[in-house]
Amino acid sequence: MTPLLEVDDLRVAFRRRGEPDTVAVDGVSFDVAPGQVIGLVGESGCGKSVTAMAIMRLLPARGVRVTGSVQLDGVDLLGLSESQMRERRGKDLSMVFQDPLSSLNPVIPIGLQVTEVLARHRGMAKEPARKAAADLLERVGIPDPRRRLGSYPHQLSGGMRQRALIAIALACRPRLLIADEPTTALDVTIQAQILELLRELVRETGAALIMITHDLGVVAGLCETVNVLYGGRIVERAQRHRLFGTPRHPYTHGLLRSIPRLDAPSGEELVAIRGSVVDNLPWEHACAFAPRCPRAVDLCTGTTPLAETSGGRLLRCHNPVPASAE
Amino acid sequence: MSTTWATRRKTRIDDLSAGRSLTSEAFRRLRRDPVALTGATIIGVFVVIAALAPLIAPHGAAEAFPALQENLRPGSIPGPQDGFPLGGDQLGRDFYSRMLLASQQTLLVGVLATVIGLIVGIVIGTLAGAFGGWVDTVLMRVTDVLLAVPSLLLAISVAALAASPSQTTVIIAVAVVGVPIFARLLRGSMLSQRDSDHVIAATALGVKRPAVVLRHMLPNAIGPVIVQATLTLATAILDAAALSFLGLGDADPGRAEWGLMLAQAQSYLDVRPALAFYPAIAIIVVALGFTLLGESLREALDPKGSR
Repeated sequence: MTPLLEVDDLRVAFRRRGEPDTVAVDGVSFDVAPGQVIGLVGESGCGKSVTAMAIMRLLPARGVRVTGSVQLDGVDLLGLSESQMRERRGKDLSMVFQDPLSSLNPVIPIGLQVTEVLARHRGMAKEPARKAAADLLERVGIPDPRRRLGSYPHQLSGGMRQRALIAIALACRPRLLIADEPTTALDVTIQAQILELLRELVRETGAALIMITHDLGVVAGLCETVNVLYGGRIVERAQRHRLFGTPRHPYTHGLLRSIPRLDAPSGEELVAIRGSVVDNLPWEHACAFAPRCPRAVDLCTGTTPLAETSGGRLLRCHNPVPASAE
Repeated sequence: MSTTWATRRKTRIDDLSAGRSLTSEAFRRLRRDPVALTGATIIGVFVVIAALAPLIAPHGAAEAFPALQENLRPGSIPGPQDGFPLGGDQLGRDFYSRMLLASQQTLLVGVLATVIGLIVGIVIGTLAGAFGGWVDTVLMRVTDVLLAVPSLLLAISVAALAASPSQTTVIIAVAVVGVPIFARLLRGSMLSQRDSDHVIAATALGVKRPAVVLRHMLPNAIGPVIVQATLTLATAILDAAALSFLGLGDADPGRAEWGLMLAQAQSYLDVRPALAFYPAIAIIVVALGFTLLGESLREALDPKGSR
């Protein structure tokens, strides 16, 4: 199938006067097919949100350099003018943000925030737009949608707000939805509902979904393909079952071992990954994960590992975990 | 019957569960605040007097009375007597009527000057905050220059530019003083809105730039500016009075004005100090009223100040 979105060698660098650039995303490439759900996973600061913002072209123009290409249906989004991009945002590609309260305008009723998008991209008149907005709110599971059109964001619960945000993002049936940690600000029971809702809506509308999260549980339940990011690069990519079944990169391996499991023998200790992400990425002549890696060998601190694809799995490691392990 | 009751009941419960909006919460706090109540009472009385002045003032502002003029001596100005509760002024006019009528001028000049300053300030602040870049730099440097000049001096300079002083020049001069304050304040809160999540979210939905600025940024940024406007009303009244006092005010002798009354009373301080005393007190009390209300409004709208 031809991909809907092709991200090729995406690089994002933040420039500061008198200082070397801070590279946040360092040559990320991936494809998304129509209707596909993929995951971008990694810890804070690995560049997953910046990748999303770069695809949406929401990074500030000044002080940020974005290179590479982001093709949506063969059109390079990075080459579009700002007004052309505005035409596409919300219509062709849309985004759901992490914090549902701060992502809604506090002084405008929910209904208006839905109809605004409908009027913008579909040219709908006031009454039909209100009707469509009520239908959308009903679809995302907000009870009594007609009345809720007049509610302000602070009058809704966290789960309801996130439902409203999803309704707004999907109002014009975009073909690509980027969800940036959509469940992080919610409590666990609501998280499951929202994920279920996203799954249903994506299936229903045929939209492709990029799920950005640090939560491997979210990925396990939702994504077909999982990209693991570390230090601005994809270190491992595989089908969900293969990634969870036989993680090859020591980082993925460590992430999975640090999650408590119900079927683990009692008394087994959780394994933490040592240290934390460093700011500037030492990918130049080494592996950025080497200082924290339990399997690091001499080669890791001397040569940059290259991304190698074999059997549908991408791996960037000199000394991967043997496939038979685990 | 019972359905109506049930519906009403349901609505009430929903309203409670829905929580209060920030504005109604602020008003609830204001109603319990004695400082705010004092300020509101002063302003209320002042506005009622100003509105009704032509009806309750027994005489006109320019009308001179033989009964008062006859008793004018170099060393004495007639005090309170029958028909003239505060006595006459240096020209034999009814001082009481002039005090009442002057409130109208003060309210008119204060409110108009503030509103004009507010509108211009909002336009400048919005442009600077929304566009950034060189537009912001140019507008803010001009604002800085205006802010660097003491407000009264600035007002005097602007008023002096006019060929002859009039009420309009006073209003414009006082408005100019308010503009940089509003512009800078709004620009600051527009800037913080620009990076806020909901503005980025609106941009991510393809909302057009003017709509993002006017619908998503401005309404969220304007709160502090409105509060500042109440405080500015007080200084506008003081500045307008000062301009009149300095002879740059309304030259129309048919209108009474507290600042001008105060200026003219200077020559008769030893003869009849009441002529200076009453206008001075009036100016102070009204300015105090606006300051008290403005300050409590600021406190009430500050989410950190919940009590």
